[in-house]
Amino acid sequence: MALGPEHPHANRKSRSNMLLGLLLAGFVALVFAITVAKMMRGDNMEAFDHVLRPALEVAE
Amino acid sequence: MSEAITNIKVQSPEAQFEDYFALLKPRVMSLVVFTAAVGLVVAPGGINPVIGFASILFIALGAGASGALNMWWDADIDAVMARTASRPIPDGRVAPQDALVMGLWLSVIATIMLALTANLVAAGLLAFTIFFYAVVYSMWLKRWTPQNIVIGGAAGAFPPMIGWAVVTGGVSVESAMMFALIFLWTPPHFWALALFVKEDYSVAGVPMLTVTHGRRVTRANILGYTVILASCALAIGFTSIGGPIYLTTALVLNATFLVGAWRLWRRAEETAIADDYRSEKVFFRSSLTYLFAHFAALLGDASLRGMGWLKAWQGLI
Repeated sequence: MALGPEHPHANRKSRSNMLLGLLLAGFVALVFAITVAKMMRGDNMEAFDHVLRPALEVAE
Repeated sequence: MSEAITNIKVQSPEAQFEDYFALLKPRVMSLVVFTAAVGLVVAPGGINPVIGFASILFIALGAGASGALNMWWDADIDAVMARTASRPIPDGRVAPQDALVMGLWLSVIATIMLALTANLVAAGLLAFTIFFYAVVYSMWLKRWTPQNIVIGGAAGAFPPMIGWAVVTGGVSVESAMMFALIFLWTPPHFWALALFVKEDYSVAGVPMLTVTHGRRVTRANILGYTVILASCALAIGFTSIGGPIYLTTALVLNATFLVGAWRLWRRAEETAIADDYRSEKVFFRSSLTYLFAHFAALLGDASLRGMGWLKAWQGLI
């Protein structure tokens, strides 16, 4: 049974959902920041994908 | 989880965000964050601040996950101990299976994310730490041997080693000594606590040293471990991560800590009962300051080293 908006549990649930949403948004932002930091460091932007990629060849 | 779950209250309708957060043992997490950050900062070589920040976050998440798994397994013990009876599971605010699922998922996420963010050595150490705390300590040692917190203390000692591995990709004498510092600090810290909450452990059936061997033996063990701890703490001062701030701090704190341990050893049980374990409580609280100050001092010396002010010191050792 759905809880009406005046129900005290509905308020608490809405607050918990909002906090969880913020947490997930923070996680997405963090992964984005890590990606940018790694790219700026010069890490490979391509990974091995079962095909020969010249960009992944180690220079002689 | 053992069969004594009758003391766990019926779950309330809706667990709150704070209840799930409490499962992560935030106070333990703060110590993990601090010691891991110090391990990361004092390690040779630099690291991108974003990578460093994210790595510490994932180490903390892994520590929190192991805390949730510990609370799931120990819910029956927590329910009968006054100190832990208000935790989310025994208090009925979170269902045990929710804590289990959350602990397992967070363990996987934290380990994979640390591997992707830092390196496999750091992630491997984190995975081993979670396993050690949740399985070796919680499920095996805690209810089996009075050496539970001695061996189990390793779980809390890994974070600075993981922080070091994030930067260097390996382990070293210095990171092993930071590990040893926390490892050797754990027994005096928890045995001092056990001296004034003995009844709790006894009722819960946890074989703490105070329960199995009595308080006189526990006091002697506190002194013994404090002597070994002091020698380890001072030795760190002569490694590449030590410096004048650390060595001064270590000298003062270890002298004080040794005096405290000596006094505990000399104290008669009647005297302790008469003043409601005042000295034991003081020793327990001072042990927290002791650990924090040692790692803060390492941080202080790392700052001086970063500014190039410790070249003469490094020449001396």
